[in-house]
Amino acid sequence: MAMIEIRDVSKWYGTTQVLHNCSTDVAKGEVVVVCGPSGSGKSTLIKCVNGLEPFEKGTIIVDGISVGDLKTNLPKLRARIGMVFQHFELFPHLSVIRNLSLAQVKVLGRSAEEADVNGMRLLDRVGLREHAHKFPGQLSGGQQQRVAIARALAMDPIAMLFDEPTSALDPEMIKEVLDVMVALAKDGMTMIVVTHEMGFARQVANRVVFMDTGEIVEDASTPEFFGRPRSERAQMFLSKILAH
Amino acid sequence: MFSNFDFDVIVRALPYMFYQGMTFTATLTLLATTGGIIIGTMLALMRLSGFAPLALFAAGYVNLMRSVPFVLMIFWFYFLMPYIGQWVTASSQPLQVGAFSSCLITFTLFEAAFFCEIMRAGIQSISRGQMAAAQALGMTYPTSMAYIILPQAFRNMVPVLLTQTIILFQDTSLVYVISVTDFLGAASRVAQRDGRLVEMYLFAAIVYFVISLAASHMVRRIQYRVAIIR
Repeated sequence: MAMIEIRDVSKWYGTTQVLHNCSTDVAKGEVVVVCGPSGSGKSTLIKCVNGLEPFEKGTIIVDGISVGDLKTNLPKLRARIGMVFQHFELFPHLSVIRNLSLAQVKVLGRSAEEADVNGMRLLDRVGLREHAHKFPGQLSGGQQQRVAIARALAMDPIAMLFDEPTSALDPEMIKEVLDVMVALAKDGMTMIVVTHEMGFARQVANRVVFMDTGEIVEDASTPEFFGRPRSERAQMFLSKILAH
Repeated sequence: MFSNFDFDVIVRALPYMFYQGMTFTATLTLLATTGGIIIGTMLALMRLSGFAPLALFAAGYVNLMRSVPFVLMIFWFYFLMPYIGQWVTASSQPLQVGAFSSCLITFTLFEAAFFCEIMRAGIQSISRGQMAAAQALGMTYPTSMAYIILPQAFRNMVPVLLTQTIILFQDTSLVYVISVTDFLGAASRVAQRDGRLVEMYLFAAIVYFVISLAASHMVRRIQYRVAIIR
């Protein structure tokens, strides 16, 4: 059974339709890269997965729980899905370790000590233990994004969503963030990654979902997508993005 | 020109002006600020809530408070509150409300309208991504507000909140309209009793000036200290 099941999801902003009957599945342990031109609805689609964006039609089932159902306890569901944002969204008024421990304490009900120990373990994992007591503003973009990944992991998520995690980073910082994500994928984390990093997609993705103007145009295994994309739009996109 | 000034009258009146007058002024300022910020923050949350009746109520409240002259408000509360109290508690006679309580309630309610607008601006200054990040971690709306949005909004707005407090400190002198002895009231009483209007009003002006100036310097220093590193 798929861990994340997206069925015929459509979404409108007023009268503008931004998602058209999007469907795809993500199995446990699978890494799916979502790519496509900007404005194609990639970010909107993954924000629907944890209910940050409401959608009008279709269903999304995460680990057996329907996201769109009004009876669903969304905060409880979100606590189990990690999310990493383009602009990091660390809490600037809290130290790095407090960024990691706050939700563990307030949402999962862990003790402060337990949360800190777990937080330090994850900072270790992303190589930032010595920065635990700094504030986000004192870190580089790459470091902030690694903290953001650690913050999401601190909740012991069953899946992780990445919304263009490297788009706001300087080129030399992209690698350190991608390295953490590659390691995470190797550990068997279920991941949906919106990104333009085709190198990352080739290396770790099991599948690539290509979107354009709110539609899922192509949903293929990674070798298939890069080898011989079926749709013209995907071919054009690839030729543009891989041109140099 | 100071030859016929009697500065001694000031010295003799100091204990009265400060123990009675300034205590009243300072207590009123501090309590009204605290209450105003608490109620103002709640009003701001109501105004920003998607629930129309709450938003309308808060907007109406703020507009009402801002369009009535403050002196009128002080009068109105002082003379009508006993009757409102009587009506609310359904007692047989007007409720006894002391001058201080009446002033405190008036100032708190009035300042709440201003603090509401300040906090609203503060909350709106926090990027929507912060709320999204908090909610993505499973925090509920109240938890996100309490631990993520409001602390940042408050820190961003500290300079404005303190400046508003300084204005409030000066505005407390308006209680003279109900003959309450605040600092200016005390100075004014001595001035009239001893026929030393110039000395006493000059002294009062200097005291207000010094305190307000010192406070606004302090605001500038606090501003650097509370600023969030970005």
